[in-house]
Amino acid sequence: MSGVFAPAPGRASMRSVVASQIRMELTLTARRGEAVVLAMGVPLLVLLGAGLTEVTNVPGDDRLAFVVPGVLALTVMSTAFTGQAITTGYERSYGVLKRLGASPLTRPGLLFAKTAAVLGLIVVQLIALAAVGLAVGWRPHFEAVLPALGITVLATAAYSGLALLMASLLRPEATTGAATLIYVLMLAAGGIMFAAPDLGTWGWFVLPLAAHAEALRETLSYGRSVPTAIWLSLGAWALVLVTAAARKFRWE
Amino acid sequence: MVVRYGDTTAVDGVSLTVSRGRVLSLLGHNGAGKTSLLQVCEGFRRADGGTARVLGLDPVDDHDALMPRLGIMLQSGGVYPWATAGEILRLFASFAATPLDVDMLLDRLGLRKFERTRWRRLSGGEQQRLSLAVALVGRPELVFLDEPTAGMDTEARHTTWRLIEELRADGVSVLLTTHLLDEAERLADEVVIMRSGVVAATGTPAELTAAAGIDLLEVRADPGLVPDGRLADLKVTEATPGGYAIAGALDAAVISDVLGWFAAKDAQVTAVNTRRRTLEDVYLALTTGEKPTGERPTGEKPTGEKPTGGNTTGEKAKVAR
Repeated sequence: MSGVFAPAPGRASMRSVVASQIRMELTLTARRGEAVVLAMGVPLLVLLGAGLTEVTNVPGDDRLAFVVPGVLALTVMSTAFTGQAITTGYERSYGVLKRLGASPLTRPGLLFAKTAAVLGLIVVQLIALAAVGLAVGWRPHFEAVLPALGITVLATAAYSGLALLMASLLRPEATTGAATLIYVLMLAAGGIMFAAPDLGTWGWFVLPLAAHAEALRETLSYGRSVPTAIWLSLGAWALVLVTAAARKFRWE
Repeated sequence: MVVRYGDTTAVDGVSLTVSRGRVLSLLGHNGAGKTSLLQVCEGFRRADGGTARVLGLDPVDDHDALMPRLGIMLQSGGVYPWATAGEILRLFASFAATPLDVDMLLDRLGLRKFERTRWRRLSGGEQQRLSLAVALVGRPELVFLDEPTAGMDTEARHTTWRLIEELRADGVSVLLTTHLLDEAERLADEVVIMRSGVVAATGTPAELTAAAGIDLLEVRADPGLVPDGRLADLKVTEATPGGYAIAGALDAAVISDVLGWFAAKDAQVTAVNTRRRTLEDVYLALTTGEKPTGERPTGEKPTGEKPTGGNTTGEKAKVAR
């Protein structure tokens, strides 16, 4: 007998398993070009529309200082939450997650790969949008970029957690509907195109998008520090949602 | 093993063992409980009663240690619709320490020309072949194949059968579900026939067909002969004028006796034909008719079943100890 199929089982190094999965996630994201354009297109429209024209009333004299950080925050939500919730929901309904669950890729491995792919995509999108902002006259404080990145990582974690949680709990159609609805509500009430409703400090806990946008504005546009309430708000959202997602995540 | 979905009991006390390097075929209608049993062995759900041990491990608790050793072919789907066949197979190959050669596998399964075709553009049979390739690429020691040839054309089916025979020859253990009798008859070392969540019969294909013991003797002779005491142990019917079907325990001596009876009647015998019961006959006899209601499977023993040791008692499913 040929012995071609003689058993030789074993897992490749976890590092290369995860690397392959990240590559697959990114390949497929690039292949669904329309989703990437959508994730970038709406923020770009908002940036150019609300940033350069007087279509909306924004607080302060410097429209770009208000709008560009909001657009960056919106992009993070769009990719980490809306896009990921929809994709993961359909991957479950196609049985992809089940199939991966029956492979040497472990659950932490898959969650890590998904998060890394999303982070990579977000970095590219943020650089592109920030470059457009710079080109049309936004003048950020580069020395405040570290706290801005820190708060963005927290926001990404919170949005990813919510996306994976919803995809685990709801049918894919319901996930798509709910994720889109939340996106639209947040776009309207999140302080992106015009000022968010003034709910005081509690507002940062109710509207994570508004909190993230405000943190980016304070740092990048004004060179100030991130308000403590926003650190607490996004930290709490991240902790609760990531924990819930890890607990409720289902392969099937 | 017991598996319930709400009030429905899908698997009701099934015990089976797959021996290392052997092919066990779970045979049954849709809804007989085959896939539910596999789901437990694959760690997708816990049994509601009994235990499952796969390669000595618990499929749920030892998931991460077990998965690299298994090859799993799901009944359908399970692949990114927008990924190409080549990308998918290479992804799963990259998860394994010493994977099979991807190109060889694509060739063997006739998938080479679809290497750059996306999953959703593949036909059902092509998707099945790719799923099989994905199950095998990690060089597993045990594979679970859930209706592996469903949707395949005849040629692909035979290719798959040859491949499974080769797996067995190379020492891979196989648990496969099917509702194709010829598939089970050709591939399986042992067949477990399931019906409504219980084991209806178990044995090698030869045991199952022989144990059913209803070999048939067809004799064409003068019409209107009436059987007498000499054939009392046999069931003789004259289905068409002069066409006799004789059923019963037919060994060589009995057959010679039957022909002797025709000779004694001075009958002109023009044709003699023996027909051996196929697995299909056994299967149909076992799986049609009333669903057994509320009975423990251990109480159910179809006539003619050869006891093969420990298959109808206890509550354990062990796979490739």
